[in-house]
Parts: sequence; structure tokens; C-alpha cells
Amino acid sequence: MNPSCAVRTSRILSIGLAALALAACGPAQPPAASGDSAPATGRQARAAAAISIDGSSTVFPISEAIAEEFQMANRGMRVTVGVSGTGGGMKRFCRGEVDIANASRPIQKEEMAACESAGIRYFELPVAYDALTVVVNPRNDWVSEITIEELRKIWEPAAQGTITRWNQVNPDWPDRPINLYGAGADSGTFDYFTEVVTGKAKSSRGDFTASEDDNVLVQGVANDVNALGYMGFAYYVDNRDKMRSLAIAPGEGKPAVQPSIETVIDGSYMPLSRPMFIYVNAAAYERADVRAFLDFYLDNVGRLAEDVNYVPLPAEAYAVIRRHLEEGRLGTVFKGEPATAVSIEKLLEKETAF
Amino acid sequence: MTSQLQNLEQIRDLIAKRKRNDLFFAALGFAALSFAFITFVALFVDMLIDGWPRLTPSFFTEFASRRAENAGILAAWVGTFLIMLVTAFVAVPIGVAAGIYLEEYGGRNWLTGLIEININNLAGVPSIVYGLLALGMFVHTFGFGASVLTAGLTLGLLILPIVIVATREAIRAIPNAIREAAYALGATRWQMVSQHVLPYSMPGILTGVIIGLSRAIGETAPIVTIGAVIFIMFLPPAPVHGEFPFINFDWLWSDFTALPIQIFNWTSRPDTAFQANASAAALVLVAMTLLMNGLAIWIRYRLRRNLKW
Repeated sequence: MNPSCAVRTSRILSIGLAALALAACGPAQPPAASGDSAPATGRQARAAAAISIDGSSTVFPISEAIAEEFQMANRGMRVTVGVSGTGGGMKRFCRGEVDIANASRPIQKEEMAACESAGIRYFELPVAYDALTVVVNPRNDWVSEITIEELRKIWEPAAQGTITRWNQVNPDWPDRPINLYGAGADSGTFDYFTEVVTGKAKSSRGDFTASEDDNVLVQGVANDVNALGYMGFAYYVDNRDKMRSLAIAPGEGKPAVQPSIETVIDGSYMPLSRPMFIYVNAAAYERADVRAFLDFYLDNVGRLAEDVNYVPLPAEAYAVIRRHLEEGRLGTVFKGEPATAVSIEKLLEKETAF
Repeated sequence: MTSQLQNLEQIRDLIAKRKRNDLFFAALGFAALSFAFITFVALFVDMLIDGWPRLTPSFFTEFASRRAENAGILAAWVGTFLIMLVTAFVAVPIGVAAGIYLEEYGGRNWLTGLIEININNLAGVPSIVYGLLALGMFVHTFGFGASVLTAGLTLGLLILPIVIVATREAIRAIPNAIREAAYALGATRWQMVSQHVLPYSMPGILTGVIIGLSRAIGETAPIVTIGAVIFIMFLPPAPVHGEFPFINFDWLWSDFTALPIQIFNWTSRPDTAFQANASAAALVLVAMTLLMNGLAIWIRYRLRRNLKW
């Protein structure tokens, strides 16, 4: 059967003439079986299952963009992308339920153990960077930069109920209430921000507006002149007219830096820029369709990551990562530790030494 | 004479007061009704204004995309349709059979009492609990995966109590004289049920089924819990084709996404252009629900017309 017939069928089906159209189209196998560009070996696997991706909502836009372009370039290839959060995706990955896991942080020790006991071996591929962005209301005229020390004063657990006004953090700021907006406790964003700012993952004050849905945070900050919040860079970029980003000073006396693609690339926006990963099941990588997909991923992620407002890695980094795949270097370079304050340069060193 | 007049005055006062109370309650009831109605209209109009420009034919024939203006709901509405099909095939036979048993065969003893309490409680269980049950049972134990079948079975379980309760109510409304008349003419119990009770209670049963399906169609939590995907660019295999045996059930095992998941995903994206898509998809969902309700009313009307007793 020819591919155009399968495609046309699905369109016609959608108009409601299902039975007639399909009967006229000859044997209707799943559209997957019609890919003519694929080698015969991959055919069986693809007819049975799609390439399945699951995990972080932060990495989702990148994997979605790649999956979309890949399927448009290769008719008949099938990719599905789900969102279960980094932790949820890793659980499914280590049970062998998905081929690729999206993760906004490196794999953790317990997850490494779970994968090990299930006999799942994996490739770790850093794919892009995100800049966690600290934002305030545009009508806020008293703050344009903030130090990590001040952020700790605001967000540490001891601040709960005591740090409630701007001038308590810095006497130069006005005597106004400070209203906080942040990521929900199940997200990788929360883990990373708390790790960097308070020194311990998940250690944060509890009296702030928390949401897994970043648009709730955007609305909160946009309507509250006393607000301070944090979110992924993409949410800030798409709502620039409603929020203002703060420059971050990594320490006392060090210059404050605004988040941007350039400052993440040159490593000056520290420590709030973070790497994002995909983990690939080594057994799935034997499949021709997964191989073709990853090839496409590494070829295009630089361009597409920028398209969805993430920071691409330099071309040499993708070359190094590709060599990991080709030479079969399994496992993680982070050994179960969190990746805090790892600049692109440092990451590249780690990956090259791996 | 004067005392009589006074008495009359008192009675008139009393009547006027009662009438005022009456009017007050009518006004209160009207206010409550308009509150609900205005809320619905406001939400609906808001959705209409946001979503209307996106409701083009291609919105229904395109897959999701990272570009808001190219994104469509093809996979989502086909997924929702197929899930509803499975849900109805699961919930209706089991629910109606259970209702008939409890009303016509079960009698009154401690066992049916226990079942009854459980069914009424099940109707109030939050939907996420059904999702967790399905994750453990269908996805992991039975190995069905995050398929159309799993989603349909899950939502089928979810609306089973609704169908059972509606069936029982409908059967209870049939006068006993009908049953006795059937017996008097020599009918067995099954003949009485299948030829009289069931046809006469069909309008009520159908109403219950549609209410259940209308609830199921908007459920997000249980299908997110079973691990349904969000981005998918292919449809489940077609159920009919040109070769013997002409139908297949491969689509039951296929990955899918559904309208509520698509709406949920679009509302939480950074690019605000997706909000319009979410509104348009929500309009489609509302339209599907109204269509189902309309169908139920029409079928009920047709069936009632044929009832003569």
C-alpha cells in the first residue's frame, strides 16, 4: 500500500466517511508499516510500537518540537511524548516502559539503582540549557538585581513567617509586603532552585504561592506589584510584557547578570542556569527507528531548542555527545549527584573526559 | 361587628405577609438560577470569543504542533471518540445487567444491602482513585499499557455506579401491575423482564447512560494517571478495512491522547497563543457533550412515543 493512501484515509476518516474510504483504500495497516525510507529490520518493531518518550514538563517542548519535525520529515515513523515529571518519567524508564526519558536534572542514585536492578542500561545525553529566571512585576521600581545571598534570606525555611517585607531583606528596598511565587514541590525546577539557593534540595519556606502550572505564577506576578517569583526562561520570554527579570549576582561584590541565551552560553549567568537531559534505553537504541530519531535529535536540537526559548549547547558539545552514542559509552557523568552550577564549559569538560 | 372586622384585617395582613414570603422565595430561587446560568454563559462566551477564530476545518484535521497556529485536535478528538466507544461497551451491559439483577432478581437481604451501599459510595469516589486503580490493575498487572482499552475500561468503571443507579430508578418506576399482568399471561420472569420491564424503562436507562458518558468525556485525572501521552502524530489503526475479516481491534491497543489532556496541556504552555487553541478545543468538548445530551433526548422521545400503557 502506498503511504499517501494511509494519510488520506485518516483525513477522510476525520470527516466521517470512515468505512467507505477505508474499504476503498485497500488493506489498511497501521500507517507505521508504510514507511518506505526505513530498512526492513525496523519495520516490525515500528508497526508494533512507537518510540515512546516521557518525563519532565520542562524538557517536553524540546522533545515535542523534535518529534514533530522528525515525523514530518519521515512519514510513517511514530513518536509519542508524555509528561509525567522528571521523577515519574524516570520510574517508567527504569521499568522499561518508555524508550527515552526527558529529565530536567541528572539521574539520581535511587533511580540508578532501580535501573540497575531491572537490567536497564542507558545513554545520558545533555540536550540544552535552561535559565531559571527570577521575576518581579513591571511596576516594581526598586529592584533590578539581586544576590544569591538575598534570595537565600527570602526563600530559606527559617524565613517562613519572619521575612515578610522587602526592607527586611535589603534596607534599600521599601517597607512593602513581599509576596512569593514559585514552582510546586514535585517539579525539577523546585528541586534545582532550592538546591542552589538554600543549599539543600526541597528545602524551602512553605508560605508562598506554589504551582506546577507556570502560567498561574505568570498571572500572579503580573497582577501583584509586590511579587517576586521564579520560573523557566521560556515562560519569562513569552510573557515579557507582564514581568521583569532580575539580574543575578552570584556572590557579594560580583557583577549581576541578566538571564539571556548569550549569558548562559558564556557561563556568566550562574548559578541559575541548568542542563537538561534525555536518557536513552540502550536496548531501544538497537532499533533502527530509535537510532534514526536520535540522529535527527542531535542534528536539530540546537536550532529547535532556540525556537522554543531554550539555550542550545555549542556544536562541539553535540559532537562529543554523538560519540558517546557511537562508541557505546553507557551511564551518567554525574554519578547520581545533582548538577548545580555546571556551566556549559564544565559540562563539556565532563563529557569529553567521560 | 368591630371584632369581626379586626379579625378580617388580621387575616388580610397575614395573607399579605405570606405572599411577600412567597415572592421573596421565588426571587431567591430565580437569583440562584440566574447565578448558575450567568456563570455558564459568561464562561461560554469567553471561550467563544477566544476560541472561535481557531475553529477552522483544519483545526479538526491537523495533529498537535509546537506552533499554535498549525496545531489541531485530530488525535485528541479521535482518541476521545474511541475511548467513549469502549466506555459505553463496558459500562452499559454490565451496569444494566447489575441494575436488573438488584431490582428484579436480588430480593432484599444483607448481601444486596451491602452491594447497594457500596455502589452508592462508589459513585462518590474521586476520579483520580479510579486512575490509580487502573494504573495498578490494567497497566501493570494486566499489561494493557496506556492504551485506548485501558482508558475505556477505566472510565467504564468510573461511570458504572451512575449507570446502575439510573437503571434501578428506571425499573422501579414501572408499575407492579405490569409485572403481574405479564405473569398472569404465563410469562416467565425473564420474559417479563426482557419483553416488558426493560423496554419500558429504556428511556430512563438511556438518560443515565448519557449522564455517565457526559461525565466521562471531560475526565482528565484518570487518563493522565494511566500515563496517556500528550504529543502524538498518528491515529489508532482503523477498525474496518477491505480484507477479510474486515474489522480488527488493533486500535484498542494503540497509544492515544484525548481532548481534556490536550486542553490541559495547551493551557499550561508558555506561548500564550495556545490559550486560544485551548478555548477552541474546550468549545469542541462542550459541543460533543451537548450533542450526546441532544441525542439522548431525541432517543428518549422516540422510545416514549412507542409506549402505550
